[in-house]
Amino acid sequence: MNQTLKVKAAAVALAVAGALGAAQDAMAQANEIFVPVLVYRTGAYAPNGAPWADGFVDYLKLVNERDGGVNGIKIAYEECETGYATDRGVECYERLKSKKPVAVNPLSTGITFALTEKVAADKIVLMTTGYGRADSVDGSVFAWNFPFLGTYWDAADMLIQHVAKKGSLKGKKIALVYHDSPYGKEPIPALEEHAKKHGFTFLKLPVTHPGVEQKATWLQVRQQRPDYVFLWGWGVMNSTSIKEAIAVSYPRLQIFGGWWSGGEPDVLPAEAAAKGYNSITLGHSSEKDRPVHKDLMKVLYDKGKGTSAKKEEVGSVMYNRGLISAMLLVESIKSAQGKYGKRVVTGEEVRWGAENLSLDAGKLKAIGFDGIVQPLKTSCTDHAGVHRGRVHTWDGLQWSYTSDTYEADYKLLRPLVQASAKKYADEKKITPRDCSKEK
Amino acid sequence: MIYREAGQYKTTYQADQQLFPILQDKIFVLMLLGFAFFAVPLLASEYLFRAILIPFLILTLAAIGLNILVGFCGQVSLGTGGFMAVGAYAAYNLAIRLPDLNLIVVFILAGLAATVVGVLFGLPSLRIKGFYLAVATLAAQFFLDWAFARIGWFTNYAPSGSVSAPALTIFGYTFESPVQKYLLVLSIVCVFTLVARNLTRGAIGRSWMAMRDMDVAAEVIGIRPLYAKVTAFAVSSFFVGLAGALWAFVYLGAWEPLAFDVNRSFQLLFMVIIGGLGALLGSFLGAAFIVILPLMLNQLPGWLGISMSTALISHIEFMTFGALIVFFLIVEPHGLARLWAIGKEKLRLWPFPH
Repeated sequence: MNQTLKVKAAAVALAVAGALGAAQDAMAQANEIFVPVLVYRTGAYAPNGAPWADGFVDYLKLVNERDGGVNGIKIAYEECETGYATDRGVECYERLKSKKPVAVNPLSTGITFALTEKVAADKIVLMTTGYGRADSVDGSVFAWNFPFLGTYWDAADMLIQHVAKKGSLKGKKIALVYHDSPYGKEPIPALEEHAKKHGFTFLKLPVTHPGVEQKATWLQVRQQRPDYVFLWGWGVMNSTSIKEAIAVSYPRLQIFGGWWSGGEPDVLPAEAAAKGYNSITLGHSSEKDRPVHKDLMKVLYDKGKGTSAKKEEVGSVMYNRGLISAMLLVESIKSAQGKYGKRVVTGEEVRWGAENLSLDAGKLKAIGFDGIVQPLKTSCTDHAGVHRGRVHTWDGLQWSYTSDTYEADYKLLRPLVQASAKKYADEKKITPRDCSKEK
Repeated sequence: MIYREAGQYKTTYQADQQLFPILQDKIFVLMLLGFAFFAVPLLASEYLFRAILIPFLILTLAAIGLNILVGFCGQVSLGTGGFMAVGAYAAYNLAIRLPDLNLIVVFILAGLAATVVGVLFGLPSLRIKGFYLAVATLAAQFFLDWAFARIGWFTNYAPSGSVSAPALTIFGYTFESPVQKYLLVLSIVCVFTLVARNLTRGAIGRSWMAMRDMDVAAEVIGIRPLYAKVTAFAVSSFFVGLAGALWAFVYLGAWEPLAFDVNRSFQLLFMVIIGGLGALLGSFLGAAFIVILPLMLNQLPGWLGISMSTALISHIEFMTFGALIVFFLIVEPHGLARLWAIGKEKLRLWPFPH
């Protein structure tokens, strides 16, 4: 009897705590903008996911602490662990939806695919900084998706430009070693188009999730001897690939990573094997000395308020990418406030803000991001804003740029984007917006 | 006291053989159904529908399918995820290639497609048993995974391999809101639970159980192993395929082959084992345990107002969940359904236990 009483008391306590928690949430919502932070700090992709999440959260903290929010409106956020699993990601999205979020950035192409339809119905902006659907550049069909800074097709295009400079690609062989998921498959159409144009043979070598078992893939590389290998991995897959390349003595100088295969967690575990490894970047590398980093140190880390446990992580490639992703979100909110007033803006207003985002060199300098973000300007026809990148190389200790800035060739990619977007619109019976009438 | 069947006389065989011979059970189930159909749509939030109830119901259906095979017929299968994928991709291809076809028909045909594949992979069960059969079905899982990831036709040549389902329109009525989707799934699950219940307590179900308990003896008393095993595979795959189609169309909306990988097979097998082999109630309890418990554990610190890092919460979730699985299997190796049955037995004696 005694025991059942205890159980009952515990249940009541739980219920009360739950109710109180809910009441608190409702109070907080009044003058804050809510942003869900879908992250993965556990599992096979945590080495890359955790620094990204730290960067993202740190920037939101910085804006709240340093500027008192966006034009005086604080940003409320809540993390939710997805583990890079699509079903958990969708669950997180549904869980945090009740708090009226304005935008979501799930850091997973699989989750992006699953959410693309939902965000349009829920009026929440889906920001996919450097990932997501390549065809969502076309804002007339994908009104709510924003693949800021470029897509996988851009990355593939820039890599082709880079290797084409080393000599004609005619008759050569290029292999794509990719994570067997929507993320890894995404660059394939662009590379196939290039294979037709340049006349090289294109090999597709998939690696199954999570990518720790790649012996068979690299044996194929040894057998086929491609002239270049493009690596489209994520998490532990990247460092495993670099190690396996050494095991089959494939020259690492001929391996080029996509921009999710070019962070410190990818090269450090491979140790000496990674020296000289190249990857394309998303406009930034591992800069630690921009004004925004100094602010982060001053406002957060010196006071012990930083998210990352290690100070050294600040400024690493994945951390910077999280930082930039959060910055683009904050700037979209600012842009929306510019039109609709300095108040708590809605998802619809932030969508307008993201579509009319203009960050020139001066503006980027003012917010401390000069040199790590290329100036960008979004529009209804171009939701990415900018399609530029450089190649950086790991010298065993740090990354350094080893190429000029490339710009993705939209003469080639635009028809692909439009065809793919049109196919989606037909399937989903979406009437594309007329971009000439959008303001 | 309340739960006692004293005074409930059965005067005909029909009365004795009905679905719920005890009046209290009948009232309880009817009330539960009433609650699920009428009260839940009024009470539950969108999150509850979309993230908990719909996946719970769909996976229950899949678990019922697997339970028919593993729990009732004793054939271990690790290919459930693959059979779900067959259902999902069959439904997808039917829906986009024959857009005028009624979705109910699409779902049924998707189930039938899974049946064909299931029977095909079930045929080796006539020769091999136990772990060897598990490995054979595992091969089915990997083969099907491979087929849907590599053969472009199945995904309508989608460049990223991710496909998305068309709108859920049945007889001109579009199921859009979470409540409508919930009711659709609930109705399907109720109908097929009834089908499963009647199959398992009829002649065919008895032949499955005889096969499970001792195949040689079953053969001696005149049960054809081919018929019993193949029907078990067929019925099981139909349920699983239907669940796969619902999972893709109603829950996910857009999916990739990874949604039906080998982890899904293990998840369903755990549901059946933890819930209770050979009990339909076990499929419901097991699905609830596996689907809902991790989400509850994940959100518990938030509800209690304890702030913890996201990583720590996930680690605690995994540890607690694992510990609970071990705990329940030690306390009752026959699963949660057995615990429920014991509870009912105790309730009959209450308040005067011997």
